[in-house]
Amino acid sequence: MDLWELSLHEARELLHKGEISSRQLTEVFFQRIEAVEPRIHAFITLTKESALAEADQADDRRRREAAAPPLLGIPLAIKDLISTRGVKTTCGSRILHNYVPPYDATAMVKLRAQGAVFLGKTNMDEFAMGSSTETSHFGISRNPWDLQRVPGGSSGGSAACVAARQCSAALGSDTGGSIRQPAAFCGIVGLKPTYGRVSRYGLVAYASSLDQIGPMTREVRDTAILLEAISGHDPRDSTSAPFPVPPYESEMVRGAAGLRVGIPKEYFVAGMDREVEEAVRNSVETLEQLGMQVSEVSLPHTEYAVATYYLLATAEASSNLARYDGVKYGLRGGGDGDLPTMYMQTRSAGFGIEVKRRIMLGTYALSAGYYDAYYLKAQKVRTLIKEDFDQVFQTVDVIATPTAPMAAFKLGEKIGDPLQMYLSDIFTIPVNLAGLPGLVLPCGFTAAGLPVGLQLIGRPFEETVLLRAGYAFEQATEWHEKPAPV
Amino acid sequence: MKYEAVIGLEVHAQLSTNSKVFCTCSTRFGAPPNSQTCPVCIGMPGALPVLNRKIVEFTIKAALATHCTIAPLSQFARKNYFYPDLPKGYQISQYELPLATRGYLEIDIAGESKQIGIHRIHMEEDAGKLFHGENLGDPRSSYVDLNRCGVPLIEIVSEPEIHSPEEARAYMTKLRDLLRYLEVCDGNMEEGSLRCDANVSLKPVGATELGVKTEVKNMNSFRFVQKALEYEMERQQRLLEQGQTIVQETRLWDSARGITLSMRSKEEAHDYRYFPEPDLVPLVVDPAWIEKIRASLPELPDAKKARFISQYGIPEYDAGILTASKALADYFEGCVRIHPEPKIVGNWIMGELLREMNKDDREIEDCPVTPEHLAELLTLIEEGTISGKMAKEIFTEMYGSRRSPREIVTEKGMAQISDERALDEVISRVISDNPDQVAAYRQGKEKLFGFFVGQIMKATKGQANPQRVSELLRRRLQVQ
Repeated sequence: MDLWELSLHEARELLHKGEISSRQLTEVFFQRIEAVEPRIHAFITLTKESALAEADQADDRRRREAAAPPLLGIPLAIKDLISTRGVKTTCGSRILHNYVPPYDATAMVKLRAQGAVFLGKTNMDEFAMGSSTETSHFGISRNPWDLQRVPGGSSGGSAACVAARQCSAALGSDTGGSIRQPAAFCGIVGLKPTYGRVSRYGLVAYASSLDQIGPMTREVRDTAILLEAISGHDPRDSTSAPFPVPPYESEMVRGAAGLRVGIPKEYFVAGMDREVEEAVRNSVETLEQLGMQVSEVSLPHTEYAVATYYLLATAEASSNLARYDGVKYGLRGGGDGDLPTMYMQTRSAGFGIEVKRRIMLGTYALSAGYYDAYYLKAQKVRTLIKEDFDQVFQTVDVIATPTAPMAAFKLGEKIGDPLQMYLSDIFTIPVNLAGLPGLVLPCGFTAAGLPVGLQLIGRPFEETVLLRAGYAFEQATEWHEKPAPV
Repeated sequence: MKYEAVIGLEVHAQLSTNSKVFCTCSTRFGAPPNSQTCPVCIGMPGALPVLNRKIVEFTIKAALATHCTIAPLSQFARKNYFYPDLPKGYQISQYELPLATRGYLEIDIAGESKQIGIHRIHMEEDAGKLFHGENLGDPRSSYVDLNRCGVPLIEIVSEPEIHSPEEARAYMTKLRDLLRYLEVCDGNMEEGSLRCDANVSLKPVGATELGVKTEVKNMNSFRFVQKALEYEMERQQRLLEQGQTIVQETRLWDSARGITLSMRSKEEAHDYRYFPEPDLVPLVVDPAWIEKIRASLPELPDAKKARFISQYGIPEYDAGILTASKALADYFEGCVRIHPEPKIVGNWIMGELLREMNKDDREIEDCPVTPEHLAELLTLIEEGTISGKMAKEIFTEMYGSRRSPREIVTEKGMAQISDERALDEVISRVISDNPDQVAAYRQGKEKLFGFFVGQIMKATKGQANPQRVSELLRRRLQVQ
């Protein structure tokens, strides 16, 4: 067995026993990256030199300290939307092509404190706006299961590099499905934590009221370990929750029998991929066999979620992206022109078409005379969607759904049709609007060998329940064991 | 037709906290450009604001002092516009749910007291500062200093209940005094820690419908507020009398030319696309906290003035002047505590002290004469150690050197000579030096009394206590 085949927790065991060093593990991952990266293109930036130094430090620290933190010496990949001190953070955009943050995101601070090793920054849709990683300024990433297909998005680089075994695990971010949909497309585990569970400080904002950082891993246990490391209240983020962090890994193994699982009828829509639906329905049977009580539930406002999302997320984005004006950092256009020329040329040249589309949409939704009809109404619908979930969670503990209506689609297939692209997030968006945690894990394959992901949705701050159900499911199935053929 | 003005004022007050509103950077004025900045206040990607509790406390103080209602739940909002001094491309402000609403300020105008309604008070962050030009590196470039980004401001919006430039000035002065009393703003208009914009319109006297308004900006002194409004009213009146219409626009006060100039029309006005700030949770204010702040409020100007009149028996006019600032009122009370003659203390403060201070453009906070020293000076007069005339000289010396009056009196030997033995000695010498004049006096030439006094004063360099001299001399000249 090659070391790159180890999942995070397996690597942790071997490091702990002293059978391997972080240096060895890190070198192996760089060999793996060299081998597959030309085909996958999961990374925007690789930081081999600093990674090896971090690995050496981790090995030193392990010799000195009796109780090593779980992530000591574990090689990770970080989505390029998360600020990394001294390492370029481009957000997949030309406008930040040369931007080097002077500070670390809180999640990074926590990972560094544990002594994790950072291999590089992963590719993504520009400013996380996309579902295929095709809107990146730095080129597309490919799905390790089929190089002609997208890895999903926006955290496509993170998903692809976990699936292609180029790192132990990765961090992604999720605003409307950006961790979960690529996790499903690439056959890995991904978790979008409850809004407020993980600090957003240093996560470059797309839509502030929806964004969350989360783990993308090979197995459920890895997700529990990583989640435990990055969660917790942060005085630098007013929207982070002042709740203690449960010991996710030890809670996870408590079993899932007796959990009540709801299957929302609105999530099995006409036109969805038959094979995806079948895989999910079969998985639901597995949950039942594991002692969970399955019942049909209803989330009646589901059909409005995508429209709601594309008003609120774009409204926030139009404001969040105003700071990219050429004055302080990143690209500056306009040379000798006046101020409006500088703004216009900077932003015209710096942003790609999807980002511009969303800025325009959001600006429109917030404009005088339209605010009530669009932004305000969307906020009201958001409340209704949240109330749907509140209602259902009175009678069930977990909601199980497909992650996306289809498996990974072909490169170029939807990029010309924004509406089709937006619909690939139809099952993940409501979870962000309601601020809930969502766990995605492998639950089958299509005939063509493409992975299918099961989404488990929980009550706010009940990641533990999702991990218990997910872990039980994973123990009972073998979907996660099949490696991508790359 | 006779017109009356309808004026509403929007006042921005910079809160005098040590750190900024959403980060821990210093608010100190005059630091090197961009030295007091961090990822939060210069809008680095991913940085997030966290509300400084002190800002809320200061705003609540201002709100309570203006009789506002404090909202149990208020919210920050983003005001979106592009400008290089605004690094995030939006200003964090409050919009639909401000912290405080519906209060009032009482002003005195021509001896009458009048309430001006306060529409709302909200918190927001300041922007940076742009420099263009000549003295900088590249004369064709603009430079930006972001030190001021995130400095806390409150905006105090009055109701349109001000009807003359004098009222506007009185409102501004009163508001400044109040904010300084609360120690939440230093109130300096010239330096921009207090800024004022005005909405002005005219309507026929008695009419209920409001006229078209203009917004006047850039009035950076109390005098300019009055002048600019006077000008703007005249301008509008002239147009109306000529049958023209007023254009709704923003106008800038040009203090050098004494006129207002059009800056932008209504059509060019920004659409700020306000929406609730998603990076900050709604602000919930605990009623117990409000009460705690209320209990900590200092005695405010109106209450203090009333107390000065009743407690010290000084005229209303004097009380008004002495309570205009908390520091001055404290100064007065500091003096009276040692020298309990309120009227005399008040006269000296309003006379000598304020005259010197105004000459130097000094604030009472850095007055070179301490209340203790002034009280000591007045005690020296009362004891008869010095005359009133000498006191004025000594005061000038005290103001210049910051020394105590006793010290000056001793050093310069300026004390009056009232001691009988000392005076007797001088008198004896003068008598023995001028036998002819003594004889003449004793023979009835009483006019010579003045001559002897003059000689004695000369011999004592004017320090002899004239009253004592006259008593002793008369006695000695009679004695044979």
